[in-house]
Amino acid sequence: MKEKVKILDKEAISRSIMRISHEIIEKNKGIADLCLIGIRNRGVYIARRLAECIKHIEGEEVASGALDITLYRDDLALASGQPLVRKTEIDFDINDKNLVLVDDVLYTGRTIRAALDALIDFGRPKSIQLAVLVDRGHRELPIRADFVGKNIPTSKKEIVEVRLEESDGSDEVLITEKE
Amino acid sequence: MPWTKKDLLGLEYLTAEEIELILETAESFKEVSTREIKKVPALRGKTAVNLFYEPSTRTRVSFEVAAKRLSADVINIATETSSVRKGETLIDTGKNIQALKADIIIMRHNCSGAANMLARALDISVINAGDGWHEHPTQALLDIFTLKEKLGKIKGLNVTIVGDIAHSRVARSNIWGLTKLGAQVTLCAPEMLLPVEIEKTGAKISSNIDEALKNADAINVLRMQFERDEGAAFPEQLDYYKKFGITEERLKKAKKDIVVMHPGPINRGIEMSSEVADGKNSVILEQVTNGIAVRMAVLFLVAQAKEAGQ
Repeated sequence: MKEKVKILDKEAISRSIMRISHEIIEKNKGIADLCLIGIRNRGVYIARRLAECIKHIEGEEVASGALDITLYRDDLALASGQPLVRKTEIDFDINDKNLVLVDDVLYTGRTIRAALDALIDFGRPKSIQLAVLVDRGHRELPIRADFVGKNIPTSKKEIVEVRLEESDGSDEVLITEKE
Repeated sequence: MPWTKKDLLGLEYLTAEEIELILETAESFKEVSTREIKKVPALRGKTAVNLFYEPSTRTRVSFEVAAKRLSADVINIATETSSVRKGETLIDTGKNIQALKADIIIMRHNCSGAANMLARALDISVINAGDGWHEHPTQALLDIFTLKEKLGKIKGLNVTIVGDIAHSRVARSNIWGLTKLGAQVTLCAPEMLLPVEIEKTGAKISSNIDEALKNADAINVLRMQFERDEGAAFPEQLDYYKKFGITEERLKKAKKDIVVMHPGPINRGIEMSSEVADGKNSVILEQVTNGIAVRMAVLFLVAQAKEAGQ
């Protein structure tokens, strides 16, 4: 494995989350009918941080849930190692809500496609927006993010590794090249 | 740890880690049945065949519901109206189902070891839905899942199984599963309904139900299978109820929060009283609900293993 390059550090991540929170509030003209849904695993932690931040700015709670997209993956039938099925926890009604879907890295767009299918099974939201910490390009589907922490142009040979306090013990985004 | 087995034949053949993986996966699947649209596309395009050589409603329906919630297509074969009546062998039936390009056979059979034999003969997945007196793995898994949900753990629990242990595949699967996960199993039955050398499994034996209830965190009450009675071995129903039936009076002397399970269908007034079956300690209907999640997990895992192995 080649040397890892740090693209974002703790402060940069926290500033991105702060900025995205403001952008979400601005675009939705407040937080009425707003809900956040994080995609497992790291999207859930980022969604919680955004919810915390929005609460700090607006003084009101925003509902935040967790979505596991394993069962909706388009490569489930391919031999790709066995994904662990984890829990989906959306304990609020998503009908007529403005949903912000949250993930750590936007890459091919296939995860988001699966997430959209899953959400439609839960109800009919008024709108679905997408927030990601890192957009690394190379889309394979017509999907784009509404809120982006940082655009990082990458080659397909590179790996973008998002590390978060909650799951990995530290806050940083690293980039390495595959062997 | 990934699941690598194409079949689920019994808990005897699984490690504690594999059992934990099924339980953990089932926990995630439980949520699907609480949605307004109770369906995910995970097994879309897969075909599951219910092949039942013995009458069963709840297990067959539970598997069918589980497979359908995963978007698989389900075909039910009732052997009384099939070519089995014309003398087709089990392996031939299995190979024909395989030739139809089905992906999973869910089988119940009256002969112990039938699922093992079929699994060896076929490339497609076989799930044992009960074979003779051997195993009924998904029933034990859902019992253990329910117990874990109620009491938070399995390790260190005292679980009493009461009833016809000798003729019970549910008991055998439960003994394997619970013991592997670190619970202490106590078996309580009239002597003639205890199989020989059963204590080799690590289970304690008791012939006094009040004794067996004293320290139990949970009790699994087996159905007295009078339809299997061929005249000799079975006690009188009333006599059995007096000596082994679970009544409110008996439960009063047990732990206050004892979990009461039963694999169904209940013989009210034989294995337990109606008050107990419908009482606050009973989790019998929760077992039925959890059975769907557990079977979804098993279907998903064997289908995945099959894909990965190709």
